[in-house]
Amino acid sequence: MAELCAVVGVGQTKHAACRADVSIAGLVREAVDRALADANITIADVDAIVIGKAPDSLEGVAMPELWLADALAAHGKPVFRVHTAGSVGGSTAIVAAQHVMAGIHGTVLTIGFEKQSDGNAMWALSVPIPFGMPVHAGAGGYFSPIVRGYIGRSGAPKHIGAMVAVKDRTNACKNPYAHLHEPDWTLEKALETPMLWDPIRFIETCPSSDGAMALVLMSEERADKHAGRKAWVHATAMRSEPTAFAGREQVSPVAGEMCAADLWRKAGIKNPAEEIDVVEMYVPFAWFEPMWLENLGFAPRNEGWRWVEDGITEMGGSLPINPSGGVLSSNPIGASGMLRFGEAAMQVMGKAGEHQIDGAKKAVGHAYGGGSQFFAMWLVSSTKP
Amino acid sequence: MSEADGLVRLRQPIGVTYNWSAGPNATSHLAGLMNGKFVGKRCPSCALVYFPPRNGVCPKCAKILAGDVEVGPKGTITTFCIVNVPFLGQKIKLPYVAAQILLDGADISMQHLIQECEAEDVRIGMRVEPVWKDKSEWGPSLENIQHFRPTGEPDRVMGSESGAS
Ligand SMILES: [Zn+2]
Repeated sequence: MAELCAVVGVGQTKHAACRADVSIAGLVREAVDRALADANITIADVDAIVIGKAPDSLEGVAMPELWLADALAAHGKPVFRVHTAGSVGGSTAIVAAQHVMAGIHGTVLTIGFEKQSDGNAMWALSVPIPFGMPVHAGAGGYFSPIVRGYIGRSGAPKHIGAMVAVKDRTNACKNPYAHLHEPDWTLEKALETPMLWDPIRFIETCPSSDGAMALVLMSEERADKHAGRKAWVHATAMRSEPTAFAGREQVSPVAGEMCAADLWRKAGIKNPAEEIDVVEMYVPFAWFEPMWLENLGFAPRNEGWRWVEDGITEMGGSLPINPSGGVLSSNPIGASGMLRFGEAAMQVMGKAGEHQIDGAKKAVGHAYGGGSQFFAMWLVSSTKP
Repeated sequence: MSEADGLVRLRQPIGVTYNWSAGPNATSHLAGLMNGKFVGKRCPSCALVYFPPRNGVCPKCAKILAGDVEVGPKGTITTFCIVNVPFLGQKIKLPYVAAQILLDGADISMQHLIQECEAEDVRIGMRVEPVWKDKSEWGPSLENIQHFRPTGEPDRVMGSESGAS
């Protein structure tokens, strides 16, 4: 029987296109110091550290865990690194939680980070390989044909992506840490932005950001003695599948469906749309909000876009998605998954400030990575399972 | 090298050349390209044809792929993206179409460039054929094909799914 685990501290950096004011180590430390302060503990209270970031080629630093050990105050402590592409922030938090759930460590610090301005992710994602033509021009060109597939099969009107983007950019204005603060978007203006990877418009793409997120996790024994608000981890789930196989369902990958089904089962959720109060969903391209609504079992197949159109996913809707502004407003890739997990925790801890969803008791953090091949989710609550 | 705030930022270019061991399965595919042929592999369990046989293994059955199968050279567009993004090292005039092409006889599509027609005329189901570079430029790479172009044949009806795989 697994032990219980609670999030007791959350800390993130100010995300920006270029945090030239800090090194990668400084960026990481900024998030760590905030998480420790939020938990009201010091690094001396931490038993183990689990870090995650996107592929090293994106920042040009191989094995950053080696040289970051001092910035993490890891002296004499176990350090683990997790690596699952864009989902890494989620799977890193899961590995950290599992250290607690397994009864191995009482207090675990976990960090996801990325300093995109130090490297060139576009280049790193477009290098020639013998099996492909380097013609897709970055992640947008990879996902665009899949979005075209969704629009074709669901009959979604063309403005849905822009609606999601305007919502997330507007929400981000309530989040002081968000990279983009752009309060003046309207649907009309959004639809005037150019098609970059047709059918994906400029407004519908995530920025490239520097940023980090850190969480402090505790066992039930420690958390019960710990003053302060907590987010109890009710369930975690991970699934993966190959990037390319014959007949692969790219619009709604089976691994994503399995991951969500596993999460709902473990957490005893019968009707996700009814029982979940808020979702921090990994949406780097706006069209993925309706696609994941369906993939995760919230909306029926081909209906996700209607939920967007009806305002269900707005902050005032019945299933708010990404009140933080999401990946569309801040995308330090290696941190983005943990930002989703951490923001979900902040919601049930009542610490989300202006972008708080009132009375949120159950929240979901979601991340995916690679060619939609790694999926990570957790469900956190203000009360114990 | 330094920012307005006086903090130093160094520019350090990284260039890397790797050796990549193709193994026996991918070798027949790459050797095929050097002879102007599209060589895929069949899964002995599910009989699906992989092109390219990237990992030498059927991702669904985990069986090692077996016999060589020549596919193409014509194919059908299953979905596509119109690229309008300039990026470092890009040599193609914008906008251009990066399409998923299902070569005849293959069960998985691959991405390649569509030229010799307007981007707005490209559609799912469109039949295309390869235009090879001059033989003197060939190597073990899909870049031996300059691009694909429409054949003018009637469109194929594709499934309602993206078919992007
Ligand atoms: Zn097979």
